[in-house]
Amino acid sequence: MTAAFLKDRADRLLHFLWSGWAGVAALALLAAAWQAGHERWGGFILPDPLETLRTAWALALSPDAQAVLWLTGGRALSGFALASAAGVLIGIAAGYAPAVMRLARPLLTVILGVPPIAWIVLAMMWFGTNGTTVAVVILISATPVVFVSAAEAIATRDRGLDDMAEVFGHGLFARFWHVDLRQAAAPLFPALALALGTAFKVAVMAEMLANAGGIGGALARARAMLDVPEALAWVLLAVVALLVVEYGLIRPFQGEVERWRRAAQPWGVKR
Amino acid sequence: MTVALDLRRVGHAYFGQSVLKGIDLSIAPGEVVALVGPSGSGKSTVAQIAAGLTDAREGRVARNYARHAMVFQEPRLLPWATARQNIRFALRRSGLPRREWAARVARAAALAEFDAADLGKYPVELSGGMRQRVAIARALVVEPDFVFFDEPFTALDVALKRRMQDLVIAASREARFAALFITHDVTEAIRIAHRIAVLDLRGRGIAGTRTLPGEPGTREENFCFILRQRYLAEDPLFRHIHDVDERRRP
Ligand SMILES: Nc1ncnc2c1ncn2[C@@H]1O[C@H](COP(=O)(O)OP(=O)(O)OP(=O)(O)O)[C@@H](O)[C@H]1O
Ligand SMILES: [Mg+2]
Repeated sequence: MTAAFLKDRADRLLHFLWSGWAGVAALALLAAAWQAGHERWGGFILPDPLETLRTAWALALSPDAQAVLWLTGGRALSGFALASAAGVLIGIAAGYAPAVMRLARPLLTVILGVPPIAWIVLAMMWFGTNGTTVAVVILISATPVVFVSAAEAIATRDRGLDDMAEVFGHGLFARFWHVDLRQAAAPLFPALALALGTAFKVAVMAEMLANAGGIGGALARARAMLDVPEALAWVLLAVVALLVVEYGLIRPFQGEVERWRRAAQPWGVKR
Repeated sequence: MTVALDLRRVGHAYFGQSVLKGIDLSIAPGEVVALVGPSGSGKSTVAQIAAGLTDAREGRVARNYARHAMVFQEPRLLPWATARQNIRFALRRSGLPRREWAARVARAAALAEFDAADLGKYPVELSGGMRQRVAIARALVVEPDFVFFDEPFTALDVALKRRMQDLVIAASREARFAALFITHDVTEAIRIAHRIAVLDLRGRGIAGTRTLPGEPGTREENFCFILRQRYLAEDPLFRHIHDVDERRRP
């Protein structure tokens, strides 16, 4: 049992690493285009990719820059956690209760219609230029996607499975936990990944505008000094931080929950 | 006489539209009753109400059995769970100690003629027939004394259908459960049941019942065939069975 369990996990990890080749190839293409742009327009507009990489590496090793990364990463993650919790909770309620859905829909349209930048300005005036502003803006920007997918997932669940569970004596809570929530997981994960990306992007943007330190603050400083390599290095680090969280946290969890989908794939596609 | 399931003057309506009215049906312990009726006459609704999934608008349902199970037209397996986990899902609420689950699951799978080697597979990896076997094993694993079948074999091909019918007959004889077996296949009803109840074309009561001679599983093929011909050709009770226009209600 345990051996099979470990083998399955190892299998999946290997498949994932193997599929990394495609990712490496795509990155190599991007680097080549970057290098070409660098040679065409010169180092001031587009610095040497290798040099950028070195700058990023040096930054990643310096304790000051690490503190900056942790600050932004922490803000993005806590904002993401808040947004997911709120989105999932309200979404599930709306999925079960059409009345909540009818109330929430127009509200969402209004919230989504306001540009994120406007939220930043408002939040700055309400909460001052600090972490709270960043958290609030992330919450407002990332909650709707999670909410919509959670609500849709619950509303369009297979009710036949609920009936089946009820026949075999499962109560309301057991049906929610073992049947409905599991069904909702499938559409929820892509929405969570999207929300995480939004959280990082909004965090950096809000930091920059609110002058609240973090990667956004560092970017603002690089801009003021017209230091393109440093700015690009920070962008690189922000992307890497996002990837680390997504592939270190969300994807493994998803892989665990969606194990059966791999079984559904025909041979030869399992990579 | 004791009854396992008793429906008295049961009626139901969906959104103000009456689908069932005055349904009286009682099933004795160990008795298999086939409920036949044209498509849309309300057979599934009867099963839903009898099993307690839907509350009847009118009438009374008395259940005098210890534990029920149900096999639906579609297998209704949890796609994220293996065949074994799907069968165990029914045991969670049975009060059976966990250490006895494995043996129970193995026995139920054997009864449903589901290969134990496939128990670790997910439903997507199984054929339609194998999925329905898992659904049957899931119903049998709780050792029910009443089983609802809602057209469980409609989607299967003729040969597999007969095999599954034999399986249900054997299981009901061995486990002595009573059953409400919904079908619109008269031959299936004749093979499986002790008694056939025909639902009115518009769900207005049970139009009539026919008690079948002998025990299920002991009837000759030929006899079943002739009886079917006679029912369909001569018995007015079965006149509307094959009406297929899913009933525009007046
Ligand atoms: N959830 C529902 N909401 C509204 N109407 C329904 C619902 N379920 C069934 N009905 C209606 O009730 C009537 C009886 O449906 P039911 O499913 O019980 O028929 P059936 O005899 O099982 O048919 P079939 O043989 O095709 O399965 C139909 O007219 C159907 O349109
Ligand atoms: Mg039906």
